[in-house]
Amino acid sequence: MKTISEAEIEEFGRELDKIRDDVIASRGEDDARYIRRVIAVQRALEVSGRALLFASVLPPAWLAGTAALATAKILENMEIGHNVLHGQWDWMRDPAIHSSTWEWDLVSPARHWKYTHNYLHHKWTNVLGKDRDIGFVLLRLSPEQPWHPYYLGQPLYNAILAPFFEWGVALHDLEVERLRGGDKSWAEVFAQVREILRKAGRQAVKDYVAFPLLAGPLFLPVLIGNFTANMTRNVWAHTVIFCGHFPDEAATFTEEQVEGETRGEWYLRQLLGSCNLTGGSLFHIMAGNLSYQIEHHLFPDLPSNRYAEVAPRVRALCERFGLPYNTGSLLRQTARVWKRVFRLALPTPTPKSRAGCPTPALTQAA
Amino acid sequence: MTGLARTPIDDVTLRLADTAAWLTTPLMPEDYLTLINPLWSSRELRGRVEAVHPETKDVASLVIRPGRSWSTHRAGQFIRVGVDIDGVRHWRTYSLSSAPERGDGRVTITVKSVPGGVVSTHLVHRTTPGTIVGLTRPEGGFVLPEPVPSRLLFVTAGSGITPVMAMLRSLARPGEMPDVIVLHSAPTREEVIFGPELRTLAGRFPHLLLHEQHTRSSGRLNLSQLPDLCPDWPERHVWACGPTGMLREAETYWREAGIADRLRMEHFRPAVTTSAAGGGGHVRFLVSGREADADGATPLLVVGENAGVLMPSGCRMGICYRCTGRLRSGRVRDLRTGREYGEEGELIQTCVSAADGNVEIEL
Ligand SMILES: Cc1cc2nc3c(=O)[nH]c(=O)nc-3n(C[C@H](O)[C@H](O)[C@H](O)COP(=O)(O)OP(=O)(O)OC[C@H]3O[C@@H](n4cnc5c(N)ncnc54)[C@H](O)[C@@H]3O)c2cc1C
Ligand code: FES
Repeated sequence: MKTISEAEIEEFGRELDKIRDDVIASRGEDDARYIRRVIAVQRALEVSGRALLFASVLPPAWLAGTAALATAKILENMEIGHNVLHGQWDWMRDPAIHSSTWEWDLVSPARHWKYTHNYLHHKWTNVLGKDRDIGFVLLRLSPEQPWHPYYLGQPLYNAILAPFFEWGVALHDLEVERLRGGDKSWAEVFAQVREILRKAGRQAVKDYVAFPLLAGPLFLPVLIGNFTANMTRNVWAHTVIFCGHFPDEAATFTEEQVEGETRGEWYLRQLLGSCNLTGGSLFHIMAGNLSYQIEHHLFPDLPSNRYAEVAPRVRALCERFGLPYNTGSLLRQTARVWKRVFRLALPTPTPKSRAGCPTPALTQAA
Repeated sequence: MTGLARTPIDDVTLRLADTAAWLTTPLMPEDYLTLINPLWSSRELRGRVEAVHPETKDVASLVIRPGRSWSTHRAGQFIRVGVDIDGVRHWRTYSLSSAPERGDGRVTITVKSVPGGVVSTHLVHRTTPGTIVGLTRPEGGFVLPEPVPSRLLFVTAGSGITPVMAMLRSLARPGEMPDVIVLHSAPTREEVIFGPELRTLAGRFPHLLLHEQHTRSSGRLNLSQLPDLCPDWPERHVWACGPTGMLREAETYWREAGIADRLRMEHFRPAVTTSAAGGGGHVRFLVSGREADADGATPLLVVGENAGVLMPSGCRMGICYRCTGRLRSGRVRDLRTGREYGEEGELIQTCVSAADGNVEIEL
């Protein structure tokens, strides 16, 4: 990787702005039709899945129902919920598909998540001490994080986190670690906990009480089907999300590095901190287009269905400026994530300067 | 029928929906049901366009079937119509041109496409039967009083005939018409909206006098002609609807005659256009009740914070959408692109938008 000058970084930023402007100028009816169709398909799948589960005296019906419900929950969470909450569809001015009104089928209230995810994570992507998504406070995923014997168990923690990811997200949004510094009061935390319990309570009643009860003698198969669907969605979301930032090649940054950052430098940090996944179009939809993690981080509020189209342009820009464009298959990237989880469970020397950080502006500031 | 009173059936439906919501949480049952029929929504009133009838070369009437929770209008009232154009919802106001007594559960609006008009050209030229539109319930005080006065005068021009047409259609229903004079202006005979129907009505009711002013050949209607066209004008209740200039003249005329209270007017456009070039203006934060003067370069977020408003915010750079507020009036400028935008009801990102003229925002 060659080094890149300050002027080139700004040029890189201007080129990305141009891509962004092109998409915004051409947003229109086709995009609106896309998201409405995804929503319609998702709801139809959910209804069919639940109906099939009600017929689960036949084992194939149980399997099909659980699969349909899991697929619906994945779509709802990833291609619809995550992206709507990013404001990707706010331009349609439809109050039914709007970041300010959307609530998703997860235990965590959308409002909490919009703060920790849209603000903390997207503004401070991979900045140590700021981006709480680095290891979700639970894991050590960057060598700059000081080691502690607690981290010895992190492969286990991560394996447990995956199927209960939605609960992890809900707790994560509480930011309890900020209590210690006094940045956050117990009262605030309690208010949030109450909100989570209210939301989670309704979620639990739906999947583990109401639908099983409605199924009468099929109480147990329906309960297990719903539980399996939720777990499947959680593991899938956990896998895709971890592949976005924590394979080996993704870079992390310090607060000093990003102080006084220009727009070009912000773009560069987003690029260096993200990794794409390769796959077919169905795979991308199921991944909520987070498989275009780079494009998503460069343009978090552009409609997700457009990432595929801008990806080649972003990639060509990276080639032009000699910048890395991290991408790989789900299998390969997942393996790299786990490698990192295992490696950083053990004490490693804290590196002095980050190898592979190509920007003089960033390294100078450090 | 008032449409607002809740019947026992409504109560049962509501309770059922509440119970079913345990199965659809965090969504509502209607989020699923409206995929089958969009008109079933109770949260958002919607309507289906069932027919589009051309009236003149640039005017069309849209026959709309409103969904649940519609309430019957009074002749002369208007509704707001939400139309998706290129994927974006736009809201505009239109008078209902049908009589409330129509009786088939449908209403009409009559739209004139204005040059460069986003919504009006779309409604007149590109809307097909089957289109779903957003609606609001009828409102407005440009209506006939009860009981209807015995002598009436309507002064209209162009598309200003629409609310008056609803009144005339309503008055014609019982088969008996009070003493009515209609003074209507249009460029030519062909461009008179509802021309044939107006002429038929005038032929049917001896007490309905129609004066058509074809402005291209005969010039504009001058109110000094009024005593000739309608000698008893001071005794009549007047409804006027048309361009700003015409309404301003009428207002002066009736005020100077000392009988301004007889004149009722409906404006289709704001009487004044604000937003001077260069941007900036007075900002009113409607929820917190604070006000401030803003220049054209300071984000509304900062303006609000400096004025002591508890502004929601996050990244302060236009990506997280935690800072949005609903625009109630005025226009704003996107500080990132310099683009001027903002429509009534639109959610704007205050952290990247500056006032472009006077602004009212729900924050
Ligand atoms: C109470 C009320 C009732 C109304 N009833 C009707 C009705 O029954 N039938 C009807 O056709 N319209 C009616 N209107 C006007 C309507 O709401 C829209 O303003 C009009 O259709 C233009 O919208 P647009 O999106 O096409 O124009 P825009 O895209 O908003 O504006 C495009 C250009 O047209 C100009 N313009 C805006 N409004 C008008 C106008 N009314 N006449 C001429 N130029 C205009 C603008 O200044 C701008 O330059 C009513 C308005 C109000 C407030
Ligand atoms: S504060 Fe982030 S978009 Fe406004």
